[in-house]
Amino acid sequence: MVTLLYDKTWQGLLTAIFDIYDRKFSLASIDYTERFQPDVFAKHVEVITDDIKASRVMAGLQRKASAEAVKNIYAAFLSELPGIENTILAYARLILSSNQSIEHAYGHSAVLKVSQVARMVHREKHRMEAFIRFKLTSDNLFYAAIEPDFNVIPLILTHFRRRYADQRWLIYDLKRKYGIYYNLLTVEEITIDFNQNAGEATTNVFHEDEDLYQTLWKDYFKSVNIGARKNTRLHLRHVPKRYWKHLTEKLL
Amino acid sequence: MSERVREKLNILADAAKYDVSCSSSGSNRKNNNKGLGDTGGGICHTYTEDGRCVSLLKILLTNFCIYDCAYCVTRKSNDIKRAAFTVQEVVDLTMNFYRRNYIEGLFLSSGIFKNADYTMERLVQVAKKLRTEHKFNGYIHLKSIPGASDELMHEAGLYADRLSINIEIPTESGLKLLAPEKNRKDMIAPMNYLKEEIIAKKEEKRLFKKAPMFAPAGQSTQMIIGAGKETDRDIMYTADKFYRGFQLKRVYYSGYVPISNDSRLPGLGSSVPMVRENRLYQTDWLMRFYGFNVRELLNDANPHLDLEIDPKLGWALRNLNCFPIDINKADLHLILRVPGIGMQSAHKIISARKFHKLSWEHLKKIGVALNRAKYFIICNSNEMERRDLTETKIRQFILAGSESKYLKNSIQQLSLF
Ligand code: SF4
Repeated sequence: MVTLLYDKTWQGLLTAIFDIYDRKFSLASIDYTERFQPDVFAKHVEVITDDIKASRVMAGLQRKASAEAVKNIYAAFLSELPGIENTILAYARLILSSNQSIEHAYGHSAVLKVSQVARMVHREKHRMEAFIRFKLTSDNLFYAAIEPDFNVIPLILTHFRRRYADQRWLIYDLKRKYGIYYNLLTVEEITIDFNQNAGEATTNVFHEDEDLYQTLWKDYFKSVNIGARKNTRLHLRHVPKRYWKHLTEKLL
Repeated sequence: MSERVREKLNILADAAKYDVSCSSSGSNRKNNNKGLGDTGGGICHTYTEDGRCVSLLKILLTNFCIYDCAYCVTRKSNDIKRAAFTVQEVVDLTMNFYRRNYIEGLFLSSGIFKNADYTMERLVQVAKKLRTEHKFNGYIHLKSIPGASDELMHEAGLYADRLSINIEIPTESGLKLLAPEKNRKDMIAPMNYLKEEIIAKKEEKRLFKKAPMFAPAGQSTQMIIGAGKETDRDIMYTADKFYRGFQLKRVYYSGYVPISNDSRLPGLGSSVPMVRENRLYQTDWLMRFYGFNVRELLNDANPHLDLEIDPKLGWALRNLNCFPIDINKADLHLILRVPGIGMQSAHKIISARKFHKLSWEHLKKIGVALNRAKYFIICNSNEMERRDLTETKIRQFILAGSESKYLKNSIQQLSLF
């Protein structure tokens, strides 16, 4: 058994799969460097992320599987669930070694798992598209902090770029400590050192109108309620409590 | 300005909330002009505490009204605070809410002040300003004012995604009783005009890609349930007429929320007919997607829907001679008529039975509600319901087996739609 250590990137994972084929490891598992607990008895090799290798694996998958299946693998990867790399490896092996479509062969545990996890990730994507709340800063940036269950920023990027094409915006994942910033032309990935800005950040970070619109939105949310129809259980199913922290209308 | 706007919003959102339609889908406006927004998915950005989807800023332009419809909080004789937004205020609210990702767009309705055209003109101005001055590509639903002129309806169609006129009271006699100053003709005329325009503009769009969009999400209407004395048959026959005659996208049914002690109406404190509302939606679904004719579900012998059981089961019990149906042979349209089999399950049955004959086990996996379906089907198994059961017996068995579920259903019902 050999463990391949990759850098937690998608390209890195694809490179790891390439290496496993290239070096003919029949018993291999994939882990990432930070999490890996070295074990004196086990062999491990470092994967050096390589775009050419990665794109060859990608091309192989695309040749044999539908766009839908490849999309699901990527979504499963974004779940960051422990061990998902090995599920993806098993799934990739199935795809690459089979002559017919195995995407619906849910008898294989890897196929079932990837499709289930992908569904969870896509649900989180849709939730973020709905629940993100921008706040306007004093320098006219629409800023939203998020803490999604999964790393869905790559999946929501296009939606926000298309929709908010005429305003500068920044969506920041506080859990994963990175965000995407749209500068009216392109979207780029950024990281922020919040501590450094903390001193000045206390005063006037937000635009003078920001408070008003938050208040108006909260008022609106209250007034659309029809008391005679209250149904808390249904409400909670749609808007689970863990999302409330960043939902303007749920803050007092 | 802020306190004043706050007060207006509270008044004018509160008055608008009884319109239940909140759909923001069915249109496909792209953000090609580097403006703000697009439409398509119809995202629910949040949910009210009663579990309804919030996707639009739903407000009245004003709650001043020259009419006195008994069932409406905005009616002239009601002693409430009145307010009116300016066109610019609505535009600002919409833009600012949209930019913060609170909403998919605007649903603007209004009390009628001065006259129909005067009011409609202002609604159109809001939409026009949003589209032309602010390059707003989000969703716009305008309520059309009964009696508005064709010219204004035309302009409305150019800027809005959806237009609606609420019929409110399902029968003409009911309307006469509760809103004597209104008449059905004024509601139907703009609907008719829009129907023709939508068809014509669609044709144009097919020939010339560049032709402007015209109300791409079509028309809808709403009826209030339980304000008057209408039967479910009256309501659904009216709905059917509108679906066919005006090609409406949706008819909404809104359980009457008591708002006054007018003796013509259910008094304050009477409960909102939520189960009935749900049964009507189910009937609507059966008409539109399951191939049922409204006359099969409601007729002289059965003017009301059964509140205890869903309308499909009700129909099946009255028509036991059509059953049992062989799951492994029957056509899709017959399978769709089996209680406990939904649209998805029916399609799964059709594709799965190509590979092997289906048994109870298979059907269960597919998601069929066997507790209901088992009385109406045969499949690949030796265990069949052989007793020659009567309508009453089957009904008893099903209700006994799922009593708690039916209770739960009445609470959860809104999640269905
Ligand atoms: S015309 Fe419309 S707003 Fe005015 S009272 Fe009648 S239903 Fe209400």
